[in-house]
Amino acid sequence: MTAVAAPGLSSASVREALSEVADPEIPVVSIIDLGMVEQITVGANAIHVVLLPTFVGCPALDVIRSAVETRLLEFDRPLDVRFTYRVPWTSERITPEGREKLRRSGFAPPARARHDAPILVQLSAPVRCPSCGSNRTVLESAFGPTQCRAIYYCAACRQPFEAFKPI
Amino acid sequence: MTVAAIPTIALDGLLRSMADDEFVIGFSDSEWTGIAPILEEDVAMSSLAQDELGHATALFGLLGELLGEDPNAIAYDRQPEHYRHCRLLDHARGDWAMTIARRYLYDSADAVRLDALAGGSWAPLSDLVAKLIREERYHLMHVGVWLNRLAHHDGEARTRLLVALRELRPDAATVFTPLPHEDTLIEAGILEAPMSELERRWRETIGPVFADLDLPMPPAATELDRGRLDHREAFRWLWGEFTSVRRSEPGATW
Repeated sequence: MTAVAAPGLSSASVREALSEVADPEIPVVSIIDLGMVEQITVGANAIHVVLLPTFVGCPALDVIRSAVETRLLEFDRPLDVRFTYRVPWTSERITPEGREKLRRSGFAPPARARHDAPILVQLSAPVRCPSCGSNRTVLESAFGPTQCRAIYYCAACRQPFEAFKPI
Repeated sequence: MTVAAIPTIALDGLLRSMADDEFVIGFSDSEWTGIAPILEEDVAMSSLAQDELGHATALFGLLGELLGEDPNAIAYDRQPEHYRHCRLLDHARGDWAMTIARRYLYDSADAVRLDALAGGSWAPLSDLVAKLIREERYHLMHVGVWLNRLAHHDGEARTRLLVALRELRPDAATVFTPLPHEDTLIEAGILEAPMSELERRWRETIGPVFADLDLPMPPAATELDRGRLDHREAFRWLWGEFTSVRRSEPGATW
């Protein structure tokens, strides 16, 4: 992430504010935790925020844009909030704090995304059960209730759980 | 490279073919919502549908920007004969084997097409393509597992798969219908190779898979120049479905 500051308002303050903008589908993590904020530029006349969609078809993009705009209203400057594909979002962008928050709320964080390996190999890598910590888990389906999640089953505590897809 | 440097008509042909492909297969996938054979597949097909409609939205967005038109109007307000998806996607939903056969043929072809667009000179498209490739890998993986499962299962599953592949044979390669002004796209560095070359690469990719599963390879296409025209009755029905709400109140703001 890059940040360019201008006198009077620091991009760090903007970033701090954005760390309170929750993901609409998993509100325990913020858009900062998910690594969706690519660039914050505090210009003389406007605050520019560049965001990365996690999935192209994510239905929450408009909600996220509007939440960002609402949160930044307090800075009383014109806002320019946009999404870009210039940098592809990958699950590697989720911060260590974000991974921990996901785990605590019952979602296994994504396995390491390796773009040279077949998807099935990546999904078959051991995923730790977020409830009991066991590695005796198995992929049930690569597709879950949202585009970014897959469904696993833990043989140790006999619970199904969701994991973020490596992408 | 700026848009101004590339004839709009060439980009229009490319974007329209890709957007319509993703749009139509997305709606076909969504036909399984609520009626798939197992719950996980119901969720999976719905998720695939959501991905594809999202991809179509992004592609229609680029096309809308290029033409200065409303992307929703391009997506919904054309008559069925003006859509430019490939004829492979014109067949009725059919059974599960038909869905898997069609999707495998499409996803494997789409992967080759996307590879030929990645790193292209027009950033709005090549940036999007880089992202699409990451998502489409999941689709190909999923449908590949199903193709294996059906092909290896002697009896009804394999028989139905063979019947589906036979029905799709004439249209199997239509993703690679030559584009209008294809040469312009190649000269501009947007598309890496002509569709005929991409079809060759596709056959190289799926050849070993079909051989391993003892499935008949799709034959070389005939009348490939009409591969995105002459849409079948099944598409007219699907078009009637996916435009029904939009047509119920023309000009409304939704």
